[in-house]
Amino acid sequence: MSSSNESAAITPSEYIEHHLQNLRIRVGEGDFWQLDVDSMIMSIIVGVIGLGIFWLVARRVTAGVPGRLQGFIELVLQFVDDTVKDVFPGDRKFLGPLALTIFVLVFMMNLMDLIPLDFVAKATEAIGLPHWKAVPSTNLSVTFAMSFTVFILIIFFSFKAKGVGGFVHELFTAPFGASPFMWIPNLAINIIELIAKPVSLGMRLFGNMYAGELIFMLLGLLGMLGGVFTAGSIILSWGWAVFHILIILLQAFIFMVLSVVYIAMAQEHH
Amino acid sequence: MMPNATLFAMAAWFALLIAFAYKFIWPPLMTAIDTRNKKIAEGLAEAEKGKAALAEGQKQKDAMMKEARQTATEMKALNDKQAQAQIDEAKVQAKVEADRIIAAAHAQIEMEKQKAKEQLREQVAALAIAGAEKILKREVDAKVHADMLSQLKAQL
Repeated sequence: MSSSNESAAITPSEYIEHHLQNLRIRVGEGDFWQLDVDSMIMSIIVGVIGLGIFWLVARRVTAGVPGRLQGFIELVLQFVDDTVKDVFPGDRKFLGPLALTIFVLVFMMNLMDLIPLDFVAKATEAIGLPHWKAVPSTNLSVTFAMSFTVFILIIFFSFKAKGVGGFVHELFTAPFGASPFMWIPNLAINIIELIAKPVSLGMRLFGNMYAGELIFMLLGLLGMLGGVFTAGSIILSWGWAVFHILIILLQAFIFMVLSVVYIAMAQEHH
Repeated sequence: MMPNATLFAMAAWFALLIAFAYKFIWPPLMTAIDTRNKKIAEGLAEAEKGKAALAEGQKQKDAMMKEARQTATEMKALNDKQAQAQIDEAKVQAKVEADRIIAAAHAQIEMEKQKAKEQLREQVAALAIAGAEKILKREVDAKVHADMLSQLKAQL
């Protein structure tokens, strides 16, 4: 959300580019070996706050009459637990906390999108940082980090349910049958299917949040025109933020449900 | 736009958070919720039992009330009967007493009457003698004529 009337010195493309830059430090040769410090720090902060609230409640939880905070935390927990139960009928000792972590973390990351983005930019510029993206889920590295962690869990639970041999056997024989002619097509389809899961998972969250952020920027640009457009920019940004509340919750929910669905599917035998 | 090494750092952080939730958040909260659910289920079962016991007690109470009412009715009837009997007996006794008193009164009256008659007779005799004396002018001697006088008295 942008409401500041930027100085006429910067052009719209500079404004957009400025807000799309991560604060990077180089840790090795090549484009890959860089760290997005802003995304990492924001992820750590929102993770600590999000799960910290749960931890605080979990530490002095009571089976008697719960307080308001505990009631709220239990509400979220029950919601996650019920969602996982609908998808996966088995033991939820691991999938429960996994789903909860995904939901809370993604929600908290997305929530940063509601902080007006020029507020963040001005504040961080004031302490001498050239760029600062406050929303970690608009960074593909962050969303892929989560979706590929889920991918590793998919592989792990496949091995656990079917054994390494059974998993490899399924790679070659499903879905077209065990005929040797079908080994190659089966393998190709299975690999595409496996890779598509984490990629789509990460891309979906990234795409939604990135697009949302971009719309805030465009509305901010409107404010740069000054006069009545600044008021329009504020009103439209506010409207988009209200709409965005829905998106950030929905995306957190989708990421959670799909992760659980994928892991539940991994334990099914074909 | 391409993913960079942040991916590894964030995957590690994500894994750490999952492990933390798995170890420190999920189990205590779930245990608390399950314990409370069990408590609520037990409480509801207890309430159901209490309700059944209450209905049973109500039934018992009704039966006892009915019995008590019946006993009371019976006792009242018996009481009434006894009271009636007592009244009747008292009436009979009163009648007897009244009869006795009336009889005694009659006897006394009879006696009084007899006495009065006796007196009257004597007085009449005396009066007759006095009358005769006056007629005969002292010629009648009471001693001499006593025999005749008592004869006269008896005839009255």
